[in-house]
Amino acid sequence: MVDDLVIPKKSGGLTMIDKINTHNVNVFVGKLGDILYKVVDKPLGMAINWGRLWSLWPVHIETACCSVEFGAASGPRYDVERFGIIEAFGSLRQCDLVVVQGTITRKMAPRLRLVYDQMPEPKYVIAMGACAITGGLYFDSYNVLPGIDGILPVDVYVPGCPPRPETLIQGCILLQEKIKRMKPR
Amino acid sequence: MSSHVYPKEKEIFPGLQLEKVDDRIMTLNVGPQHPGSGHMRIILKVDGDYIVHCDPDPGYVHRGEEKMAEYRNYITNIPHLERPVIHDSCNILYPYCLGVEELLGLEVPERAKYLRVIAAELNRCVYTQYWLAIYGIFLGHSTMFMWPMGDRELVIDLLDKMTGARVTHAYFVPGGVRNDLPPNFEDVCLRQVNYFEKRLKEYADIFYDNPILISRTKDTGILSREDAIKLGTTGSVLRASGVDFDIRKKEPYDVYEELDFQTNVLKEGDSYARSKIPWLDMFESCRIIRDALKKMPKSGSVRVKLKPNPKGGDTEVYRRVESGRGSLGMHIISRGKPQPYRLKISVGSFRNLIAMPHLLTGEMLGNMPAVYWSLNYWPVEADR
Amino acid sequence: MSSADSTEIVKTDDSSLTSDLDKSLSDSISKKFSNVEIAYVKPDRIRVNVKKEEIIAVASFIRDELHFDHAESVGGVDYPEDKQIEVVYHLGSYTDPSLSKHILALATRAPREDVPRPGNDSTILPSLRDIFPSVSFHERECFEMLGVYFDGHPDNRRLLLPEDWADIPPLRKDFRIKGR
Repeated sequence: MVDDLVIPKKSGGLTMIDKINTHNVNVFVGKLGDILYKVVDKPLGMAINWGRLWSLWPVHIETACCSVEFGAASGPRYDVERFGIIEAFGSLRQCDLVVVQGTITRKMAPRLRLVYDQMPEPKYVIAMGACAITGGLYFDSYNVLPGIDGILPVDVYVPGCPPRPETLIQGCILLQEKIKRMKPR
Repeated sequence: MSSHVYPKEKEIFPGLQLEKVDDRIMTLNVGPQHPGSGHMRIILKVDGDYIVHCDPDPGYVHRGEEKMAEYRNYITNIPHLERPVIHDSCNILYPYCLGVEELLGLEVPERAKYLRVIAAELNRCVYTQYWLAIYGIFLGHSTMFMWPMGDRELVIDLLDKMTGARVTHAYFVPGGVRNDLPPNFEDVCLRQVNYFEKRLKEYADIFYDNPILISRTKDTGILSREDAIKLGTTGSVLRASGVDFDIRKKEPYDVYEELDFQTNVLKEGDSYARSKIPWLDMFESCRIIRDALKKMPKSGSVRVKLKPNPKGGDTEVYRRVESGRGSLGMHIISRGKPQPYRLKISVGSFRNLIAMPHLLTGEMLGNMPAVYWSLNYWPVEADR
Repeated sequence: MSSADSTEIVKTDDSSLTSDLDKSLSDSISKKFSNVEIAYVKPDRIRVNVKKEEIIAVASFIRDELHFDHAESVGGVDYPEDKQIEVVYHLGSYTDPSLSKHILALATRAPREDVPRPGNDSTILPSLRDIFPSVSFHERECFEMLGVYFDGHPDNRRLLLPEDWADIPPLRKDFRIKGR
């Protein structure tokens, strides 16, 4: 029965099946984005991106003192949920955004990479604060990485030490603009 | 309400510890990515629902502040020294400034002393509100995240007006404060502090008198008076265990001895008492701010002029203040250079961390967040 | 200023500020232990330098007779020109109300080796963990930051530094941070 669902090698190497009509069930196999993008073409691809950008779930990983301003941003005054960025969440498997909140030390760096690797695609990274961008104030410290772009692909940089919550929200909006223009994956 | 919550479970724990069956014991990593851990890892060994061993593993934000301080002079040390607790930055700079003033022989103007006290107390409120918000969300009480986070912005606004920055103020400098108050600040401050105090009273209805909170925190993680002293805990943890020790009262710095306030002490020593003390302290902070605004000289200098690259003598100082987390001491060794020879920061979080294995051993796993965050612990500060 | 004997701390002449309690505390220590050097007596601050062989006895005396009951901080200082590493315990008291303002700094020194092998060289001090349980984490921090092995401490493990730290202990003076 499982053998019936094996993806047939179509020309062009598409990893999807339009429709398998076995046992009178309709089954689609493959990445949702791929299927919809190939099958229904561009307009629905945009719809997928649209769905993604209004439900960004950041991982609940605090790395340094910028988490204070991240907390303030999810508080009632700034309220990032207005912009579709739901407040920090514990489970990695349901998250698609890492907000690196400040300094990454040499002890934290492997853990951060581990967290990133466990997240499902698509995933986005915001580097928040001067420390996450270049090392910031701790440029000469023996235990601090000079910026996280050596270990993670960063989408948006939010400068400041720490950035005000407005700046973080602006960074999130920039990320949403970027997702809008991305090819749906 | 209180005594019949988990009495039986407490008693059967020693029996469980005697059983040396290895496959019963499971090792559980809490953190560094975990909603109930903050910036640290706690390695727990659990037997069923009971924690039989706890090994805190801090250091995920260790940035080497003490080493960096040896390469910067007394003034350029200010910005990075406040980063360990950016929401309590005035209080972490306080002992540093007091120590450097003692080293350099500076006399702080009277008005600056009052401004420092006002800024430090506002900052204590900011810190405690943030702590309370996280404590609320740790226990699954979302309203208690939203309320303190919202009310905290009022106090942040005041500090924003006063110092020009939301959280990292760098307001204290050796020899006074960086700038004077903006015009009309006293009235705005008085009005907002009065409103803030009114809001604080409402927390009792939603949080401190809430039967769910009481049943989760009462009689969990009890730290006796003797253990609190022996482990050298400080701040709210110490005062919740019945030791009357507040450095603002016991070793008054600047103008604290002229101001009217009291120390809150509770006898129970459980998580509930530990969570209540910082809240009670915020009322005292409001009292201090009002009193200081009344007694403050209305005009005058706020800062003494410093030479560039001031040098300390061949001596050492140890100064401490009461921060939001307890005693915060700075040990500065000077050897006649513009930079300190050695700067040791003794922080309340690190001292309260010692109590964590003591409290969590024998506790139920579900009580871990309640006990952990009630220690008034800020991991970034502990790691320095 | 940077001569070799500058580690000796200047004694304050300002004796008018120091209270009788300060003097009686320092007198009782110097009366009991003849080898102990009272480095200074400032208002509310006393510093006592002891040999490392004597520190257990002095610390027990300070706890039992003078009622200092906890350690505020344990800081290590590296003195490469003396070939010594100093560890300063700042002790305070919660139980004795008359001592609540006082901090007693108890300092001792261990020999320093140019090529440190933490735990395996001669930089060893007796641990005060049995006398003041509050020093347990501070001594762990001191071990990793300066390479002072505390004899009798059951838990001489790494605390703050990364697990794969292979350099010399960072708070030693010959550890240079980048660009400086």
